[in-house]
Amino acid sequence: MAKIKFTSALKRFFPSLTEIEIEGNTVGQVLDNIEKIYPGISNYLVDDHGHLRRHLNIFVQGDLIKDRSTLNDHVNSSDELLIFQALSGG
Amino acid sequence: MSLQLLVGTSKGLVILKGENNQWKIEAVQFEGLSVSTLYVDERNGTWWIGLSHRHWGEKLHRSTDKGRTWQQMTTPSFKDYFYRPGQPATLKKMWTLQHAGKDKPNCLWLGTEPGGLFFSDDNGQSWKLSEGLWNHPSRLDDKQWFGAGKDFPFIHSIVVDPRDSNHVYVGVSCAGIFETINGGKNWQAKNKGLVAAYLPNPNAELGHDPHKILLCSANPDVIWQQNHCGIFRTVDGGKNWDNISGQNGFPNYGFALTIDEQDPETAWVIPAQSDAMRIPVDLKLTVCKTVDGGKNWRSISEGLPDKFSFDLVLRHAFVKYEKTLAFGSNNGNLYLSDVQDEKWKRVANNLASVNCLATAV
Repeated sequence: MAKIKFTSALKRFFPSLTEIEIEGNTVGQVLDNIEKIYPGISNYLVDDHGHLRRHLNIFVQGDLIKDRSTLNDHVNSSDELLIFQALSGG
Repeated sequence: MSLQLLVGTSKGLVILKGENNQWKIEAVQFEGLSVSTLYVDERNGTWWIGLSHRHWGEKLHRSTDKGRTWQQMTTPSFKDYFYRPGQPATLKKMWTLQHAGKDKPNCLWLGTEPGGLFFSDDNGQSWKLSEGLWNHPSRLDDKQWFGAGKDFPFIHSIVVDPRDSNHVYVGVSCAGIFETINGGKNWQAKNKGLVAAYLPNPNAELGHDPHKILLCSANPDVIWQQNHCGIFRTVDGGKNWDNISGQNGFPNYGFALTIDEQDPETAWVIPAQSDAMRIPVDLKLTVCKTVDGGKNWRSISEGLPDKFSFDLVLRHAFVKYEKTLAFGSNNGNLYLSDVQDEKWKRVANNLASVNCLATAV
C-alpha cells in the first residue's frame, strides 16, 4: 500500500488527518480511497470535474504528477505520495 | 433587542453586537479565510457563509444557532456543465444567496461565477443548476455575457417578488437583468432603458453591468439598480428603467446600494470615482440619499472622512436593518448611522477588506 502524507494545513478542516497507508494503482484511485476514510476531503482536493485544484500539488516518489485532469499517474504499492498546497500565497 | 452585524472580510467573519448604540466585536470566525458571501435567512434565522479558500476551493457553511456552530454544506457544482462548448464550467465563487419565498420554506437560490443560478429545495443539502437560465441562448454569446473585472460573468443579485415566489429577477455582470415568472423555467432579459457605455451599441439588449439590484417589498414593481453606467430605477417591474443618476454626474458610478423596503422612494448609494480609479469621488467618502425616487440626491457625510479617503464600498457591503445603516470598506473600516440621525460613526477599523455584510437579530 502507498504511504500518504498530507500538508498540515488540511488538519484545520480534518483534525484527525494523519499519515496513512492506502491502496490504489493510480492517483485517482488513491484519492477515492482517502475519501472513504475522510469523507468530504475530495472536495478540498479536486474541483467540480475531478481535476486537481489549481493551487494543489501531488508528488509521487518526489515527482510532481503529470496528469492533473484524470489523475491517472501510476502508483506502486511502495510509493510515497505527498499532498501539498502550492506556494501561491507568497 | 440587540442587533448583530456580520462582517464578511477577506480574512474572516467578524461579528459585532450592538446594544444601546454601543457596538463591539464579540467574535471572529473562519480566521484567515476570505468570505465571499453572507446571508441570514429571515424565515428561520439560519446564517449562511460562503468561503473562498485560496487552495481548497469554494465552501458553503450554515449555522442554525447564530454562529455558535457551523455545518459544512454541499457546494454547488458545475459537474457535466460547460461554460462554452469544450470548456468545462468550474465554480469560481459564490456571490449571493436568497430564500426562494415564504411559501417555499426549504428553498433557496444561489448565484455564482461563472453565471450559474442554483436552486435548493432541501435547505442547502443539495443544489441544482437552473438550466432555464444556463441554457438561455444569449449566455453562449460572448458579446452578451462576459466577465466584468472577472474572467466570467457572475450572478450577484437575486430578488424574489413577495407577491409571487415564482417571479424572480437576477442581476448578471455582465449580461444584465433577467426575469422569470415561472420559477426559473424561462427567463427574459429586462434591460430596456439601461446604458452600456462601454459597448458599440450602448442600448443593446444585453451586455449590461448591473452592480446590485434590490426590490422594494412595499411596492415590488419598484426595483433599484446601481449599475456600472449610473443609477437606475424601474417602477413597472423592469419593463423600463429610468436613469436616476445625480445631476452633474454625482452620484453615478459605484457599487453599494441599499433601500428602504417600506418606502419605494428612498434609497442610498455610495459613489465612487470611475471604473478606472475605484476610489471615493474627490477622496471624500460620502453616502448619497434620495427620498423622491432618485429625482434628487443629497450627501450624508457627517462623521465620514472628508479628505484623503481611499475607501471603496463593495456591492454587498452596505446594508440597512430597520433604523440602522451600515457599510464596510475595502480598507477595513466599518461605519454605522441611524437612519434619522444621519451621523456616521466608525465602529471598527483595521479589519481586512470588507466583502459583504449581513444583519441578524
